[in-house]
Amino acid sequence: MTTYLIPIGIFAALGILAGVLLTVASKVFAVETDERVEKIAEALPQANCGACGFSGCNDYADAIVNKGAECNLCKPGGADSAAVISQIMGVEVTVGEREVAFVRCSGDCNTTPHKYDYDGIQSCSACNRFYNGSKLCTSGCLGYGDCVSVCPEGAISIVDRIAKVDINKCIGCGLCAKACPNNLIAVRKVSQSVDVCCSSNDIGRITRSICHSGCIGCKLCEKNCESGAIKVVDNHAVIDYEKCTNCGKCVDVCKIHAVRRLDGLN
Amino acid sequence: MSYLMILIGCVFVNNVVLSQFMGICPFLGVSKQMKSSVGMGAAVIFVMICATAITYPVYRLLEKFEITYLKTVAFILVIAMFVQLVEIVMKKMMPPLYKALGVYLPLITTNCAVLGVTIGNIDNGYNFLQSVTNALGTGLAFTLALLLFSGVRSSIEDSDFPETFKGVPATLIAASIVSLSFMGFTGII
Repeated sequence: MTTYLIPIGIFAALGILAGVLLTVASKVFAVETDERVEKIAEALPQANCGACGFSGCNDYADAIVNKGAECNLCKPGGADSAAVISQIMGVEVTVGEREVAFVRCSGDCNTTPHKYDYDGIQSCSACNRFYNGSKLCTSGCLGYGDCVSVCPEGAISIVDRIAKVDINKCIGCGLCAKACPNNLIAVRKVSQSVDVCCSSNDIGRITRSICHSGCIGCKLCEKNCESGAIKVVDNHAVIDYEKCTNCGKCVDVCKIHAVRRLDGLN
Repeated sequence: MSYLMILIGCVFVNNVVLSQFMGICPFLGVSKQMKSSVGMGAAVIFVMICATAITYPVYRLLEKFEITYLKTVAFILVIAMFVQLVEIVMKKMMPPLYKALGVYLPLITTNCAVLGVTIGNIDNGYNFLQSVTNALGTGLAFTLALLLFSGVRSSIEDSDFPETFKGVPATLIAASIVSLSFMGFTGII
C-alpha cells in the first residue's frame, strides 16, 4: 500500500507547494488591467483590419484607454462602435459621415485597349512591373483585383476588367487604397459622390488616343463650376472637396463622360 | 571536475543550442532583436538555476523512496512552476519584454534545454554545487547563442539576400553557419 501512497504524497506536496508559491506570486505581482480595455475590445468588430492605425482591435482598445486615442477611429464598426466606446469612456463623440472608396478610373475594356496579353501572376502589382501594366493607359485600373483580395467585406468586384466598389457594402477601411499600385482609389465621405474618373497625367492628345473616357483637360468643367472647386492640374481635372457642393454641373458638361456621379456600384 | 571546467565545457564545447540541438525554438523565435534575446536568456538562466536547485533535493527524495521512475513528471512540474513564476513577475515588471517574448515565454516549460540540464545533472552524477554550476553554464551558453545569433540576424536583415531565401530559409542557413563556428571547440575538454 505504501508503494502507492508515497509517490502520491510526494506529488501532492510538490503540487501544494507550487500552488501556494504561485498564488502568493500572482497576488504580489498582480497587474491591474483596466476593465474598460476589455469592454471596448468587445464593442469593436474584431475585424483586425488596421484601418484605425493601430495593430488590431485589442491594440486600439488599449490605445483609447491608456494613450487617449479618439473613440471614432474604427471604420468597420462605424457609428455603433463609436457610440458604445464613448459611453464606456464617458465622453461625447461626434461620428463623422460614413466614408467609402471611389475608384478614379473609368477605362474599362470597352474604352481602353491592352498593349499586350498578360499571362503572368494575376495581380495588379505584378502586372504593373511589366511596362507599367498591360493597358495602353499607364495610370489606369489594371483589373487583376489586388483591391478585391484585400477587401474584408467583399465590396469590390471586377466589372469589364476594372474595379467597381459596392457603396452599400464598403466600410471605408481604405485597405484597397493601399493595395492599388496606381493609387487610383480614394476614400471619401459618401455624399461627395462626384469624381473625376481618370488619373492620367498624359496630355489630352495622348489620353484621347488611348482611352475614350479619359480626361483630356479641356477645362469645360472648370469654367462651369460655380464654387471653383474643380481645377485642371497635370492635364486632368481635380476636385477640391472642401469647396465642392456636389451640384453635379461638371458631370453634365463633361463631353467625354470622365466626370461622373458615383453611387450604387461605382 | 573543477567548476570552471564545467562552465567552459557548457558554454563553448558542448553549447546547448549550437552543438546539442536543444532549445532551438526560442533560439530561432526570439533572436530577432538583441533586447528580447537578452531577456529570454535571463529568463532561461533563472529557470534553469532554480529548477536545478529544487530538482536536486526532489531527486534525492525520489531516490530515497525508490521511485526515480517518476523523475520526468516531478521535474516538469518544478520547471513549469518556475516558468509560471517568471511569467507573472515579468508581466508586472517588464511588460514590453513580456510582449516581445510572446508565446516563447511559456514555451520554456517544454524547452528541452531546461529539462535536459536537470536530467543531465543526474546522469553525470554531479553534486549540488556542480549541478548549479552546470545549470548556470548551460543558461549562459543559451544566452550566448541567442546573442550571437541576434547579431547575425540583424545583419541578414540589412543584406541583399536572394528573394527566395528571405525569411525562414535565410535564418536556418545562418543558424547552421553559426553552429559551424562552434565546431572549432570540439575536443578541447
